[in-house]
Amino acid sequence: MNKRRFLSVAAALAAFAGLPALAQDKPKELKIGVATFLSGPASVFGVPAKAAAEMIAEDINKKGGVGGVPVTLSFIDEGAGGEALVSNYRRLVQDEKVDVTFSAISSGSCIQLAPLAEDLKMMNFMWDCGAASILEAKKYRYNFRTQANATPEMLAVLIYLLKTKPDFKTIAVVNQDYAWGRESWEIFSTALKQMKPDVRVVAELFPKFGAPDYSTEISRLMALKPDVVLTTSWGGDLDTLVRQANQRGLLQQSAFVLGIGETSLQRLGKDLPEGLIVGARGDHWFLHPEMKNDAAFKAFNEAFKAKTGAWPIYSVYHMQQAFSALQGAYDKAIKANGGKWPTREQVVDATAGLEFKGWGRPLTIRPEDNQGLEAQLVGVTKAAPGYDFKVLDNMMLFDPKPITNPPGTKSVDWLKTLTPDFAKMNVPTFRHGD
Amino acid sequence: MDSTLAILAILDGVSYAALVFLVSVGLSLVFGVLRIVNVAHGSLYAYGAYVAATLSLVVAPISPWLTFPALLVAAVIVGVVVGGLMERFLLRPVYGREDVLQLLITFAVFMIMDNLQRLIWGVQPIFAAEPVKLLPNVSVFGVNYTAYQVILLPLVAAATLIGLRYFLRYTLAGAVILAVTEDREAATAIGVDARKVFLVTFMIGAGLAALGGALASPTTSLAPGMGADMIVLSFAVAATAGLGQIEGAAVTALMIGLSRAFIIYIQPEFEVLVPYLLMVIVLLVRPMGLFGVNRVRKI
Repeated sequence: MNKRRFLSVAAALAAFAGLPALAQDKPKELKIGVATFLSGPASVFGVPAKAAAEMIAEDINKKGGVGGVPVTLSFIDEGAGGEALVSNYRRLVQDEKVDVTFSAISSGSCIQLAPLAEDLKMMNFMWDCGAASILEAKKYRYNFRTQANATPEMLAVLIYLLKTKPDFKTIAVVNQDYAWGRESWEIFSTALKQMKPDVRVVAELFPKFGAPDYSTEISRLMALKPDVVLTTSWGGDLDTLVRQANQRGLLQQSAFVLGIGETSLQRLGKDLPEGLIVGARGDHWFLHPEMKNDAAFKAFNEAFKAKTGAWPIYSVYHMQQAFSALQGAYDKAIKANGGKWPTREQVVDATAGLEFKGWGRPLTIRPEDNQGLEAQLVGVTKAAPGYDFKVLDNMMLFDPKPITNPPGTKSVDWLKTLTPDFAKMNVPTFRHGD
Repeated sequence: MDSTLAILAILDGVSYAALVFLVSVGLSLVFGVLRIVNVAHGSLYAYGAYVAATLSLVVAPISPWLTFPALLVAAVIVGVVVGGLMERFLLRPVYGREDVLQLLITFAVFMIMDNLQRLIWGVQPIFAAEPVKLLPNVSVFGVNYTAYQVILLPLVAAATLIGLRYFLRYTLAGAVILAVTEDREAATAIGVDARKVFLVTFMIGAGLAALGGALASPTTSLAPGMGADMIVLSFAVAATAGLGQIEGAAVTALMIGLSRAFIIYIQPEFEVLVPYLLMVIVLLVRPMGLFGVNRVRKI
């Protein structure tokens, strides 16, 4: 055997020997563990998000999977809470050996699970929880947030209010008495004090989470007559508050701001008056002004409505973002790995600084703190032909960077540096139907 | 706080107290007669609300006024069907056994009913406000109230209290229930069918919880978890009143309703604390509850 022939046989043998090794490296499936609320009041977000996850996974698999590998889903219920949630998460990682987890909706769950994911070296996308402090307190390697945190979400709503109703003098808040209700008000009120110091807070009401009745709060607000009433409540609580307030004429007396009201619009139907300011925890709206003519976006919305009977809400779009980030991270890591299936560490490396797109404007995962930068959409309710509920009009789309606290700063500390000029930023406005 | 605000707070307090009384009185009645702490009481409240909303949505297109009888029908259906089945097949076998068994069984029923509720009605909040819309608003010092909340609910609560008192003290069926409550063995010896008494009482208790839910349904969103919230409040009322005390439940509900309303006007931070603070204070002074006494008639 001459040298050249020897080399070609050796190369062929090496290639042959290499093939099974490459096939072994590429898994048969990519297992995703998803923590979402399947029980309790927050299942208003969690159950639609689960339906979306199933739909998206099916679609990904139809198109060949992530990097050619089909995805499979395992769900755990955040409603179980506490120790049960932690045990279930451990089971997902250690027994079911999932490759990545999407957890969770509640900031309480994220605070519990993020350190655990880090210990287990499990790549985790915090796909919906909003507490800014989670990524401010510690630099994580394996935890990423694939959407904004509460700071830009509240700041966008406040700037919208200041731009559209600049002359208000008094404000009251009615938020649920738990972490989100308190934290969102802290963000909003801190920024408000900086940007419009002359406003007087006339009532801070934090009724019990799941309260069946707001009569007394409404009476007090009717007696106080604040110019603006803010609420960041959600789910059944928000529906009850808004309907009771409407029945008694409070919505006509004060300007209402529903910080994350997008999820309630379809349920509240025709009962909701026009002119209420509504936030969407991101640029999430099934009639997104820059996306509504996108064929894939329309098809997704139609398919979701056909499956669940309702148009998608923000938790559905957040779920889409988690999948888009996963796909983007794997594609980037595979490319960086010369086309081979990447290790988890390589995917984690690829996720930091990732740019990806969900069903809104493009997003970035900031490499310094793994915080997602997500645009914000805020609008005002309006009746529109063809819909038996109020849609959003005069929508402003906020770029994420200027309204998100910079890496290394604490949200509230950064908010205290804002000035009245901050609200004068240029923000494009879109009419419904434009 | 000026007198105007005080009057507003009283109106709010009374309407809230009416709802709290309607829910908690069923729990008290069941405990007074059956000696059972029914953890599933909150589920009966939730089912009353969901069935009422479902019926209301069905009858409203025929005539919106039919939604009022629908509320009552819902309470009867839940009381008789769910309450009846629960007593007959789950509670009857464990009478006289350890208390913990009854607690476990009613807790299991609560869990099952909670899951079943999500299967039947889903997780999205439901709202059926027709009865509230039919009645006019009442203006007090420029503040609008719905007549449903400040007039109808307190009237129904008062009628329930008077009706229950009359039933228990002035009718034969009521006398039989009291006899079984006082001394089951003696009552059985003179020919009273204690099993039937237990069944009927449990159905009434369940029906009252369902009535509370049905009456709340036009004003509130029906969502997963609503039963769990109400059971905690009902226990606080029943414990403060003295378990088994019907009039006590009314007084305690009024105390809680009024204190809660005033605290929202004065110091809203303490709103959540009010029912439990009242309970702790009362139980420290009177461990048997406001109206509870040792070895006397319980209802």
